[in-house]
Amino acid sequence: MPEIKELVKQLADKHGRTRESLLPILQGLVSEERYVSDFAMTEVARELDMSAALVYGTATFYSFLDTQPRGEYVIRLCRTITCDMKGKKQILKTLEDLLKIEVGETTKDNKFTLLETNCLGWCHKGPAMLINDEIYTEITPEKVNEIIGEYMKK
Amino acid sequence: MPDKKLKRVDLIFSEDCSCKDVLADGLKKSNDELLNEILDSGLRGRGGAGFPTGLKWKFTAQEESDEKYVVCNADEGEPGTFKDREILSRVPLKVFGGMAMCAKVIGAKHGYLYLRGEYQFLRNDLQKALDEFHSYLKEMNFDFQIHILMGSGAYICGEESALFESMEGKRGEPRNKPPYPTVAGFRNKPTVINNVETLVYSFMITRIGAKTFHDLGTADSRGSKVFSVSGDTPIPGIYELELGMPLEDFVEEFGDGDTKAVQVGGAAGFCVPRKKFKDTIIGFEGVPTGGSMMIFNSSRSMYNVLKNYVEFFEEESCGQCTPCRVGCQQLKHGIEAVKRGERSAAYLDTLQKLAETMKVTAKCGLGQSVANSFSSIVDNFKEEMIY
Repeated sequence: MPEIKELVKQLADKHGRTRESLLPILQGLVSEERYVSDFAMTEVARELDMSAALVYGTATFYSFLDTQPRGEYVIRLCRTITCDMKGKKQILKTLEDLLKIEVGETTKDNKFTLLETNCLGWCHKGPAMLINDEIYTEITPEKVNEIIGEYMKK
Repeated sequence: MPDKKLKRVDLIFSEDCSCKDVLADGLKKSNDELLNEILDSGLRGRGGAGFPTGLKWKFTAQEESDEKYVVCNADEGEPGTFKDREILSRVPLKVFGGMAMCAKVIGAKHGYLYLRGEYQFLRNDLQKALDEFHSYLKEMNFDFQIHILMGSGAYICGEESALFESMEGKRGEPRNKPPYPTVAGFRNKPTVINNVETLVYSFMITRIGAKTFHDLGTADSRGSKVFSVSGDTPIPGIYELELGMPLEDFVEEFGDGDTKAVQVGGAAGFCVPRKKFKDTIIGFEGVPTGGSMMIFNSSRSMYNVLKNYVEFFEEESCGQCTPCRVGCQQLKHGIEAVKRGERSAAYLDTLQKLAETMKVTAKCGLGQSVANSFSSIVDNFKEEMIY
């Protein structure tokens, strides 16, 4: 926990301590910790001198500001119809089989979380998925095997 | 019907000019000259709503305030749209250039580019381009600074007032309007908020002149537009086309020969079936679009398409107003119940009435536009909703 305290302080030093700093701070937490814990939210509230409810309200509004523990690598597969038409369901099945988890779950070793997300903006190159901030397009089951294989080695 | 034919245009991505020169020339012009060019060009917002860009700038310029802002809406999230990503990655200087022109006209010292979280990977390159752009401004002695802010995965933040809320560190819940952003936008100060593409056109209009732009398109839809083409097409991608063409031409160019329907304008847009291709104009007088063009061939189930859209809205509704929050849920449950045979086909009419009610009672454009896709798909593909 002292690490989170320190991280929140660093982020507040960087982004400021106003209401407008809140989103960049929460984004910073997610990029370091992959999620914003209750403890982190109360720390942010304390550091910015605002109610924890406000922090919670903001954090839970945004789908990329996860408030549940996530794996080291968060996979977000695009669920828009155009990706679906290019074989998204098969990709999803491949991911589920490979990682042995279902959508919304995290692998036991805390390495991967599998999620679906709304339009990623790669409709001409579907199916598309994000792994953390990295984008993968025109993916096939074979490519998914390769990509995930690489991440497993990391 | 105007006999506009499909015509390719190359204004947005063309590299026949140095952005630095266009910027320098633009900044030499008087504010009136710049504003009149945008007004005379007939440019309307390219994010989908189509408000005249020149008027937005004019209203904001007329406001008395110690601080004004230019905001670039790069929260592109409409399903089927990817043109802003392409513009931002290929011609970022033109986007910043449009912001600077606007800043000059309205008298803003700070601009913000709100980039959707899904495009985080663009951030470093954008920042590099921005550093270069700031060095131009310094050379030209123009006092204006642009900041990049990130979104975090919320479609609703593309709605302008929700975007301001998000910039202010709050939940992205749309505000009541009026007041409009031109009076009270970011930090409740007069703000121009324009789509990425709109800003690039504004910048290019200062170079090519209002007339060249105005000569393209139709009376209601001047100029050209960047289209994001996806779905059942052999050539998916980004295309800049003159506005006002019949959908039939579009389908001929981009379809796979078996096109059953085109969803124009994304999940918030309209579904046009084959029999209406001929009489449908792509533009503000016909079916408007922020750029999303999803093509479906006869192998596709329009029920699946509609269900995908309704699920999308249900998930992305901010939940603030009842018509949208509950309406989206009921529309989803409703079509599922009809499909399973638990409800009769007549129930679709009830659902259509609900969608129409949402159109008049929802607080913002999200809830108001659910009826567009819902009604146009249910009307045109009723059998597919039932069997």
